[in-house]
Amino acid sequence: MGKKNQKLPTPLSGNDGDLITARVKVTLKDGILDPRGKTILEAFPGVGIEGIKELRTGKYFEILFDSAELEEARISTEKACEKLLSNPVIEKYTYELLEE
Amino acid sequence: MKFGIVVFPGSNCDLDAQHVLQDVLLQDVKMLWHKNSELEEVDVVILPGGFSYGDYLRAGAIARFSPIMDSVIEFANKGKPVLGICNGFQILLECGLLPGALVTNDSLRFISDDVYITPEADNPVYSAKYEKSQVLKMPIAHIGGNYFADAETLALLESNNQIAFRYCDKDGNVNDESNPNGSIADIAGIYNKSGNVLGLMPHPERASESILGSDDGLGIFESITAAG
Repeated sequence: MGKKNQKLPTPLSGNDGDLITARVKVTLKDGILDPRGKTILEAFPGVGIEGIKELRTGKYFEILFDSAELEEARISTEKACEKLLSNPVIEKYTYELLEE
Repeated sequence: MKFGIVVFPGSNCDLDAQHVLQDVLLQDVKMLWHKNSELEEVDVVILPGGFSYGDYLRAGAIARFSPIMDSVIEFANKGKPVLGICNGFQILLECGLLPGALVTNDSLRFISDDVYITPEADNPVYSAKYEKSQVLKMPIAHIGGNYFADAETLALLESNNQIAFRYCDKDGNVNDESNPNGSIADIAGIYNKSGNVLGLMPHPERASESILGSDDGLGIFESITAAG
């Protein structure tokens, strides 16, 4: 394919100013056990940090669109969240769209 | 009977399933590459265990969009048998053929061990060769086998007789101590509402010859061939 050495664009560095970036956060719904978060929290005393009640982990995605069409980006971002980036049975999502 | 075993990038129990069906039960087997959408006139589809797409994002989340999955969903919706084992179970949940989700084991550990399970619902396709409350020894090998369903879904699974297997001790007692991964209601496998789709975390294909330590899993495949 000849693409072996082609550098993949990274959303923020690859954005020359007029494209839209979506920032998506996916987290477990309330009440869904987060064993990773629990285990990370158990390490806090070792770092010398106290006074933490709870820690929940999640996933973060940056998507750089190939256009400046805000409404198209919104529809695509929601579709991505609903169908792929999150599993609505156990996860919820939030996103923001950046125009610069 | 003609079995189709779907091969995803990262499937690693596809050949075990092929061996059991072809060499132990003398059935026809067709390996189906996930990029094809033809099911090649098979009678049963098996989604095997493994780590399709490296379990990236969520186990089964990317495989669920492989071209063959539209055909598998259509096949299942016609009432044809679809069996998902381990990663195959995860894919069936991700694509909505089964309700609920599988999340990380409560211990956060990858567990590779023999467990005991007991069949619960009578199912004409998958459980005819088992006695109710029989105790079956099968291996598990997963980190994301912690079955979750909300209260409403769980109540429906119970009332529709969709609980296929629960984890139990070697005497058949279902209890939390025998639950390896934190699954809600000790669930190891479930059927869809019409009973033609089964997903389970334990590996019947790795427990189908006594030389491997157990042939308790063979009953699932024998039940399917007897039903066909």
